[in-house]
Amino acid sequence: MIEVRNLVKKYGDHAAVDDLTFTVEQGQIYGFLGPNGAGKSTTMNIITGCLAATSGEVRIDGHDIFKEPRAAKALIGYLPEQPPLYPDMTPREYLDFVAQVKGVGKKQQRAEAVLSVMEKTGIVDVQDRLIKNLSKGYKQRVGLAQAILGDPQVIILDEPTVGLDPAQIVEIRGVIKSLAEDHTVIFSSHILSEVSEICSRILIISGGKLVAEDTPEALESRFVSAPVLYATVKGDPDSIESALRSVEGVTDVELSAAKEDGTTDVTVQCASGAEVLEAISLALLQNGCLLLRMEEGRASLEDVFMELIAQEPAPQAPQDTDATPEFDADALLNGTVESAYAQHSPFDSPTEPDEEAPAAEDSPVNDTTETIDDAQEGGEADDSDL
Amino acid sequence: MTAIFKRELRSYFRGMTGYVFIALFLAVLGIYVSAICLNYHSPKFEYIYFNTTFIFLIAVPVLSMRSIAEERRQKTDQLLYSLPISTAEIVLGKYFAMLCVFAIPVLVSCLFPLILLPFDPSGLLSLATIYSSALAYFLLGAALISIGLFMSSLTENQIIAALVSFVAMLICYLMGQLKDMLPSTAAATAIVFAFLSALLSLLVFFVTKSRTAGWLIFIVLEAPIIVISFAKTTLLEGLLPKVFGVLSVFDRFYTFADGLFDGTSIIYFLSVAALFVVFTVQSMEKRRWS
Repeated sequence: MIEVRNLVKKYGDHAAVDDLTFTVEQGQIYGFLGPNGAGKSTTMNIITGCLAATSGEVRIDGHDIFKEPRAAKALIGYLPEQPPLYPDMTPREYLDFVAQVKGVGKKQQRAEAVLSVMEKTGIVDVQDRLIKNLSKGYKQRVGLAQAILGDPQVIILDEPTVGLDPAQIVEIRGVIKSLAEDHTVIFSSHILSEVSEICSRILIISGGKLVAEDTPEALESRFVSAPVLYATVKGDPDSIESALRSVEGVTDVELSAAKEDGTTDVTVQCASGAEVLEAISLALLQNGCLLLRMEEGRASLEDVFMELIAQEPAPQAPQDTDATPEFDADALLNGTVESAYAQHSPFDSPTEPDEEAPAAEDSPVNDTTETIDDAQEGGEADDSDL
Repeated sequence: MTAIFKRELRSYFRGMTGYVFIALFLAVLGIYVSAICLNYHSPKFEYIYFNTTFIFLIAVPVLSMRSIAEERRQKTDQLLYSLPISTAEIVLGKYFAMLCVFAIPVLVSCLFPLILLPFDPSGLLSLATIYSSALAYFLLGAALISIGLFMSSLTENQIIAALVSFVAMLICYLMGQLKDMLPSTAAATAIVFAFLSALLSLLVFFVTKSRTAGWLIFIVLEAPIIVISFAKTTLLEGLLPKVFGVLSVFDRFYTFADGLFDGTSIIYFLSVAALFVVFTVQSMEKRRWS
């Protein structure tokens, strides 16, 4: 559907996009992932014909965007980072204008097409208000409506959920998912949970280069080291340890100090491929210990992302068109690790942070996703109230 | 192109711009009609066009300042670039919308002589002169609007676009008189041209950031001047006022008010309009490369 070959975009000596090559297949949702200044927006601008490339080739369904721009652009709907709206128009007028330029039939057909995208994006209620009076969320939706107008085969969305409240984010994600039924969607984001939730494939770019391309699951499994289990067990610490060590496949056990209610947090390292869950619960029970909680820690996209980004040299001064607030990869990592550290291992001695770091690194994932899920549920509840 | 045209036209009348522009023209034209035709009983209606060319200095920047600068500021140019339509269509759509707004006061002014006709039993009003002047007036405006359009494509700040357009209009307006003050000796001509080619090549250097391109332009421009100034000095004499006379867009119009229909001036206006529309397209294309 989209072929990008050896794409290079240079600003002076700084290469915003550096020899990027990838192919996008039809009917899937592609997530474009990378820190700010990685070249996401630049790449998208080039694919949609807004920017010219220094060298390289972009083909949309066989049409070269530079040589046959009209044919290629007719297949694309694009929502740039900042929705390109005319503030002095109403959404309906604006969409009608876009429909005219896209060549969507006669007046009647245009009105129908406009109405259908307004319904899809939920802006029917505000269709006659001036765009400048709309909230950020509605503006974003009008921009999205513009992109999907005229049923383009490829829809390219540059950070469509930035600046929206949780309810709106959930809604926009829903729209994007529903689009995937008969469109190819590429969207960029630096919210990892979002990408892993919606996308069927992920492209990670850093420093203008493609560092990984795969399905979310494959990316996660690619980086899974030996599985780790986190458990909370009630019982005598010594018998817990001996019970756990007796289980086949368990390579290492770490116990935190017992809490006042007699429970102990345990971290269990297992040999890869070992099926130990049932054996562990059985062994604990036989030793008179009660298993209160057990969960699998696995490498998350966050870890994969950080690992991949870390391999690349940090991008220099971001002269990219990216203008979103700074997203500091390191800060994210440290932030979540610390918060997770505090929550999951409150009894760890602070003098040995290094030993605990790997365990803590895995657990934040569950934390972050949980909080995001909470926010989403809250959002949905809000929405139904409306 | 029609979609862009319609949107632009509508946006001029959604805000104040279109109304202010038309009101400005009609007010000034009205004042001059009452002064020349009604107060002094002059049948020379074409003098009204002749005397009101100064409004272009203010009105054209008002009309054209936002056309492309605003698209850039709102980032709506990204939408236009990503739609299946060529840059030329975008620019022409915008240009024709401005011409359309400008045509309204000109057409209204064409009604004035018809109102005066019943009061002119001896047939002193020359409708041919008046309407050819009106046509030239419109074409003069069309040429100036294209210059304003180009200035608007250079910046994303409307005010700067308006100021630069105003200065450009002013140069066009005053060049008729300024050119006579320019020195006409061969030496001065050679020096001014050398200076100008240096300026131009510097500009090229800053735009392309290529030293070779800058030097190349300088050599290409400077070489003929040096050759001519040694080989055939007389060619350079009086060349400066002549060359700068080309810029006096307004002067071309004045012959029409004298009752002379000058075909070369019509072509001149159309060429200026076409040239700056092409420049605007190039300027917008260039933005995709930077």
